[in-house]
Amino acid sequence: MNAIIFSAVLGVVMMFSGIILRNKSAVTTTAIVSLLVLLLANLCNIYSVFSINIDTHGLLHFNKFGLFFNSILIAAALLFVLLSGKDIEKAGANVSDYYALIFFVLCGTSILTSFNGLLMLFLGIEIMTIPLYILTGADKRNLKSNEASLKYFLMGCFSTGIMLMGIALVYGATGSFSLNVAASSPASAGMPASSFLQMAGLILLFVSMCFKVSAAPFHFWTPDVYDGAPSVFTSFMATIVKAAGFFAFLNLFESNAQLLGPTWKLLMSFVIIATLLIGNITAVFQQSIKRMMAYSSIAQAGFMLFALYSFNDLAKEGILLYAVAYCLATIGFFAVLIKVKDYTFDGFNGLAKTQPVLAFSATVFLMSLAGIPLTAGFFAKYYMLASVVKSGGSLWIVVVAVLFAAISVYYYFKVIQAMYFREGQPETLEITGSFKTGLVLVAAAVILVGVLPSIVLNWFYF
Amino acid sequence: MIALLLILIPLAAGLASFAMQQGSAAKKFSLLASVLTLALALAAVGSSSAIVYDVAWLNDLGSRFSLKMDGLSKLLALLTAVSYPLIFAAVYNNEYKKPASFYGLMLLAQAGLMGVFLAADVLLFYFFWELALIPVYFLSSIWGGEKRIAVTFKFFVYTFLGSLLMLAGILLVYFQTTGHSFSMEAFYQVKLSGTQQTVAFWLFFIAFAIKMPIFPLHTWQPDAYEQSPTATTMILSGVMVKMGLFAVVRWLLPIFPQAALQFGNVIMILSVVGMLYASLIAIRQDDIKRLIAYSSIAHIGLMCAALFSGSKSGAEGAMIQMFSHGINVIGMWIIADQIEQKLGTRKMSELGGLAQKAPAMAILLVVMALANIALPLTNAFIGEFLMFSGIFQYNMWMAAAAGISIILAAVYTLNMVQKVIYGAISPVSANAADISGNVKLALIIIAVVIIVFGVFPQPMIDLTKDTVAGLFVKK
Repeated sequence: MNAIIFSAVLGVVMMFSGIILRNKSAVTTTAIVSLLVLLLANLCNIYSVFSINIDTHGLLHFNKFGLFFNSILIAAALLFVLLSGKDIEKAGANVSDYYALIFFVLCGTSILTSFNGLLMLFLGIEIMTIPLYILTGADKRNLKSNEASLKYFLMGCFSTGIMLMGIALVYGATGSFSLNVAASSPASAGMPASSFLQMAGLILLFVSMCFKVSAAPFHFWTPDVYDGAPSVFTSFMATIVKAAGFFAFLNLFESNAQLLGPTWKLLMSFVIIATLLIGNITAVFQQSIKRMMAYSSIAQAGFMLFALYSFNDLAKEGILLYAVAYCLATIGFFAVLIKVKDYTFDGFNGLAKTQPVLAFSATVFLMSLAGIPLTAGFFAKYYMLASVVKSGGSLWIVVVAVLFAAISVYYYFKVIQAMYFREGQPETLEITGSFKTGLVLVAAAVILVGVLPSIVLNWFYF
Repeated sequence: MIALLLILIPLAAGLASFAMQQGSAAKKFSLLASVLTLALALAAVGSSSAIVYDVAWLNDLGSRFSLKMDGLSKLLALLTAVSYPLIFAAVYNNEYKKPASFYGLMLLAQAGLMGVFLAADVLLFYFFWELALIPVYFLSSIWGGEKRIAVTFKFFVYTFLGSLLMLAGILLVYFQTTGHSFSMEAFYQVKLSGTQQTVAFWLFFIAFAIKMPIFPLHTWQPDAYEQSPTATTMILSGVMVKMGLFAVVRWLLPIFPQAALQFGNVIMILSVVGMLYASLIAIRQDDIKRLIAYSSIAHIGLMCAALFSGSKSGAEGAMIQMFSHGINVIGMWIIADQIEQKLGTRKMSELGGLAQKAPAMAILLVVMALANIALPLTNAFIGEFLMFSGIFQYNMWMAAAAGISIILAAVYTLNMVQKVIYGAISPVSANAADISGNVKLALIIIAVVIIVFGVFPQPMIDLTKDTVAGLFVKK
């Protein structure tokens, strides 16, 4: 419970820091310190050093998996602010508000990593997404940003409506908001009438969660929103928020998926293949790297969905590793992207000559996203595929996924080609030495996790 | 320990080379490092004790950092180690932009190749398999010819797709092993059902076939060989294609014996078709690099067919030939590179009369060419002879069809020799000079290897004896 309380309180602190602190970089420093405090508070909770406990009557449930996942998200947010803090300051006038909103998002993710009832799921999702609508529109005078914000808001409301309908139906069928009750009662007791309600409710919940994690065919908002939002916030949305959404998705269906029986795997295979197909194929044709990354995030979601396909211990370890690998690489790559003025592929031409450090780190991040061995992304994909093979039989879906992974190389390596093999004079923003150091450290972390993934996993089991 | 050093030295030297400011320093340093690696490889070949290295790596997954050298590993590690000093010596006078990065990447590729040949753990093998590819991707894309970016990319996507399919196959087998382990022993002892064998066999084989390459997966190869800087082409065709053949011996045949028996026929037919096809195309080539590229497809096809023939002599011949072909083809590439560097063209139609202008090169080219058509007394002869006898035992008609490619090899190779070094002196070759001392040295070493092993091939046969025997042990 530490993380939920601390993030909410620190969010308020950040809000008022804008009044006291006139200097933008001072606000960023406050945010970094606050994030460290939040991370520490969450870690204290894991190792039971200090934890605030409030009886929620089973609405929240704190287990190691969720808390650990939350630490990853908070750490990723910290990394995000460390790397891109300077760019958040440039995103608009109200820096302290942006940080406050980021903390509120983290409050939402903290709830999503610990919810034990549908009500809390709903609250978590809303607390997480409402600040995001504002962040998306942070670039007030930019029409694209406004459009993205409105689009995100409408689509978000729409999917929330579907979710509420689903919750209502499940509640009607079981008389409870609890996840476990939903799983244990009528269907297994053989009451077909309410079972239909429950099924319908679950399907609606499934659809709304697909919206939130931008799985096809419910992905249409993603490219426009990711493209329109200020790049810094796209980075935040595509990583931390998305990973939290996945955790909620996993948690929600872990016990409920069996209610759907074999239909579940069929449903998941459809969604996975559609997501991989649309994400990868559309990404190939993009001219703007930012938009390409939006589609790539859809494609990566396709891989993360494998955890929901197989639901075994490998899937759980895999989603942890995937979250780490994906957050590191995407935050890192966006940090580079923001520094380049022109987001088209041509805008990256010759970056290796003018900014070798940026180009090298970006290459590591892109390789990780593509899943090349020796980078964290390889083991992330490896665990996902292994979990599917372990869950039995369905090798064809692995082969399909692998084909799409090969396609993804096409668009990721197009960026590498632009940076290294083509001539050009890319325009970049001012790049400080500490930013370069930070990037290199993140790239080193990507490689370290790629060689020894047990570093992350052992910590989880510690 | 020696096994680890074979990987570590190129790796460390490669990384160090990146940091060097001066290009010439990086060049000398890389040459030195490659000579050191060669000395170690020779020591490994000479040692009679088992060379193993094994430390914990990914315990949760059942994968260890485990290296092991049997006869074939030693032979191919030696090939890798020999080829680098030769290549570095031969291109010593070539100018590369950003030489420090060039030599650094070359050495990193060597580390990857060594790892592939030494790994005794499937996941580790997979790692090195990819690791060898990445430096080559950058080498060819940065220093290559005009169409380099698209061509290298095609090559990369092709092989990457292959390796991912192999990964799916690895996973399939992995979950059938007792205690879920990636170790070589666990994979060798795994019990698979018929369908599982078939599926995993093809998933593995496609990856290896792309790398070799086997018809019809060869389309990346001629372009990639042509567009890459010649030093990289030497690595690609001299050493890297052996990865595919080696992987067949190391993993495919022992893990899937039944499937190999069942589908050997299909693969042999594909190989033989590829041989004839590539040879016919080679005859029509005007570009020396493309000619060697197609000739290489034909040679590899023969080795692949021999490996699947299921006979001892076929396997023996293929293993010897992996080494011999590597050495010979590097010799051919060095000459092609010299011609291109000195005369600015690779077109045979524009060349002629080089024998008068560059006699030393002409003599050495003839030696390489004769080795390329596997004339007796050259090192390639014994390998080809054994392979043909293996294929003959399997199917006479297939051996006959494959034999045609030998005749065709003579046609295109001798045609090339004739056009390049004999005849009237063409305008382009009018101001040609003979090859410089460093190139001469590299080529003479290769020529000596060709003749010594042509007359006395027994050491190679002895070296690979244990690998051959291992292949024919009943599970």
